[in-house]
Amino acid sequence: MKYVDEFRDGKLARGLAAAIATEAAPACRYSFMEFCGGHTHAISRYGVTDLLPANVRMVHGPGCPVCVLPIGRVDMAIELALEHGVILCTYGDCLRVPASDGLSLMKAKARGGDVRMVYSSADALKIAQDNPGRQVVFFAIGFETTTPPTAVVIRQAAALGLENFSVLCCHVLTPSAISNILESPGVRELGTVPLDGFIGPAHVSTVIGYAPYEFFAEEFRKPVVIAGFEPLDVMQAILMLVRQVNQGRAEVENEFSRAVSRDGNLKAQNLVSEIFELRREFEWRGLGLVPYSALKIRREYARFDAETRFPLGYRSVADNKACECGAILRGVKRPQDCKLFGTVCTPENPIGSCMVSSEGACAAHYTYGRYKDAR
Amino acid sequence: MTKVRENYVRPLDLKQGRVDMTHGSGGRAMAQLIEELFAKHLDNEFLRQGNDGSVLPPLTLGGRLVMSCDGHVVSPLFFPGGDIGCLSVHGTVNDVAVMGAKPLYLAASFILEEGLPLADLAKIVESMAKAAKEAGVAVVTGDTKVVEAGKADGVFISTTGVGVLPDGVALSGDRARPGDVILLSGTIGDHGMAIMAQRESLGFSAPIVSDTAALHGLIEAMLATGADIRCLRDPTRGGLATTLNEIARQSGVGMMLDEAAIPVNPEVAAACEFLGLDPLYVANEGKLIAIVAEGDADKVLAAMRTHPQGARAVRIGRVHEDAHHFVQMTTGFGGRRIVDWLTGEQLPRIC
Repeated sequence: MKYVDEFRDGKLARGLAAAIATEAAPACRYSFMEFCGGHTHAISRYGVTDLLPANVRMVHGPGCPVCVLPIGRVDMAIELALEHGVILCTYGDCLRVPASDGLSLMKAKARGGDVRMVYSSADALKIAQDNPGRQVVFFAIGFETTTPPTAVVIRQAAALGLENFSVLCCHVLTPSAISNILESPGVRELGTVPLDGFIGPAHVSTVIGYAPYEFFAEEFRKPVVIAGFEPLDVMQAILMLVRQVNQGRAEVENEFSRAVSRDGNLKAQNLVSEIFELRREFEWRGLGLVPYSALKIRREYARFDAETRFPLGYRSVADNKACECGAILRGVKRPQDCKLFGTVCTPENPIGSCMVSSEGACAAHYTYGRYKDAR
Repeated sequence: MTKVRENYVRPLDLKQGRVDMTHGSGGRAMAQLIEELFAKHLDNEFLRQGNDGSVLPPLTLGGRLVMSCDGHVVSPLFFPGGDIGCLSVHGTVNDVAVMGAKPLYLAASFILEEGLPLADLAKIVESMAKAAKEAGVAVVTGDTKVVEAGKADGVFISTTGVGVLPDGVALSGDRARPGDVILLSGTIGDHGMAIMAQRESLGFSAPIVSDTAALHGLIEAMLATGADIRCLRDPTRGGLATTLNEIARQSGVGMMLDEAAIPVNPEVAAACEFLGLDPLYVANEGKLIAIVAEGDADKVLAAMRTHPQGARAVRIGRVHEDAHHFVQMTTGFGGRRIVDWLTGEQLPRIC
């Protein structure tokens, strides 16, 4: 397939692997965090780590929107479906996220909740138009990539004067999460892992550009390379990170120049700031309360905010005690370090959120890499 | 003189008519539907017996019976390359054929939804009849039920197939042994993506066509080589990945696949990419996997390639010893990964 196969070429990969092996200093250990679940998935799906020398380690980051969604937010969505009788629309990945009382949206659906999987926010809006007698709520999750489409439907709903459409907004922000991993005292108490650099988000950066990462590259002296989600992008980014570390540089470099500019998509950014504003704080699974790390719907559009329209309260719910999702999301532990991994927690019966989405570190390792643990 | 015409029933309106509750009531309307639609198209000497069941002739050439059944709930009912009618024949014929048996008879049970256009039902039954004829099987008995509008989705068809397994043929998922070769009869993912593209209204310039087909001919050619074929299976729901995992577990072995060897049509690859799906997990309805003893692999592959349905047959991997029963793959990229069971539901209502 043109424009895709080129980025998965095995021969080019071997060339990059050879370059990384040559340039990585044997005496050094390199730990790089790929922030995004998209990268985690690509690394596992294509076996990228098999092409890396032993002293270059990839640490999976928290950039999987489903994984960082706290149980309390899923509980709110379930409450909407079961108690308030709405048509609850959401992306497929959200359906299996474990929530309180052994429920998930999928299980709520089996109990009679009207839960529908959509491929885009526009599908949810269409459902609202087609069901004027029913309240329709779009359970909106994701990083900056999925935020503009949510903004679009809220604006459209306003233009159409739709009275039966609202959004349960759980959009979160990437730069604040990365800073949080690096600097928050709270996270430090929870334990962090020494990192030598970051592979920066691909799709998120198409929207926000790469300028937002410049602050912490400089502040924390950590190199960042923005990379695409194809395996060759990842390999190239690793090589660029190794070079920065070797040369003592800590800059933002852009490997994904075919899609990302410094300033990003200004039109999308303007739209997002028209509809959304910062939340003072938001709970992340694994990171706890992170200040200014999420968005809420502005007061002007409050009638499309499900949190305003329905009597919903947020209740923070702790993870299963044995679940290591928190430490795994911070890169402190690897999936195979968790006692539950592959025993009671599997993709069919996930206990923790990292086992749910294919972008989650546990699901990726379970699905593609667990042969490495088998002895 | 009376104007009453004895037993007059107005013919079915196959243009404008729709299935209504009377068509499942057991009364005249149902008898008429059966006569004018089902019996007309599926006609054969057994169905003509007109009884609650069909009396079938004795097996004169020996062998044992193989029986399999399959329910069909595909949505949409019509898709590029086929429809629920031919699919309901191919699905069951293939389940019987991959056992090494010659499919002979089918039973078909229809759950119709009130409101289904009779024209659609006629098209579906015609397609079934054509597929059955091509596969050399007779639909010997059937049943029709009607449920209220909203309680089904057009039509659901369950078919049961009976075939005869020649003496000496023993194919089974528990017979794969280390060293065996894994063969695949052609491209993967065509059926699932044909359905998905239709459902999501993906406007590709060249539509993706389902591969739905009966495989008994291809299988006959493979068995005729006399090779030691351990197991045949058609990778339907869950795709190639899931089917290979089933065999690996049944046989207690591991497998190593070569990603670069697995053929995928470019438009299927593109649609999968677009929807974030992996063709390894997408359903097929006219493909088979063969696990063959190493020494016989070339012979079987050659036989497959002489048959139109196996023209693109390839060797995709090997069976090896593995206590964990992992199916693994060397990626085109040069790494290694597990090819796991399908998790959750990738594409509901695909067949």
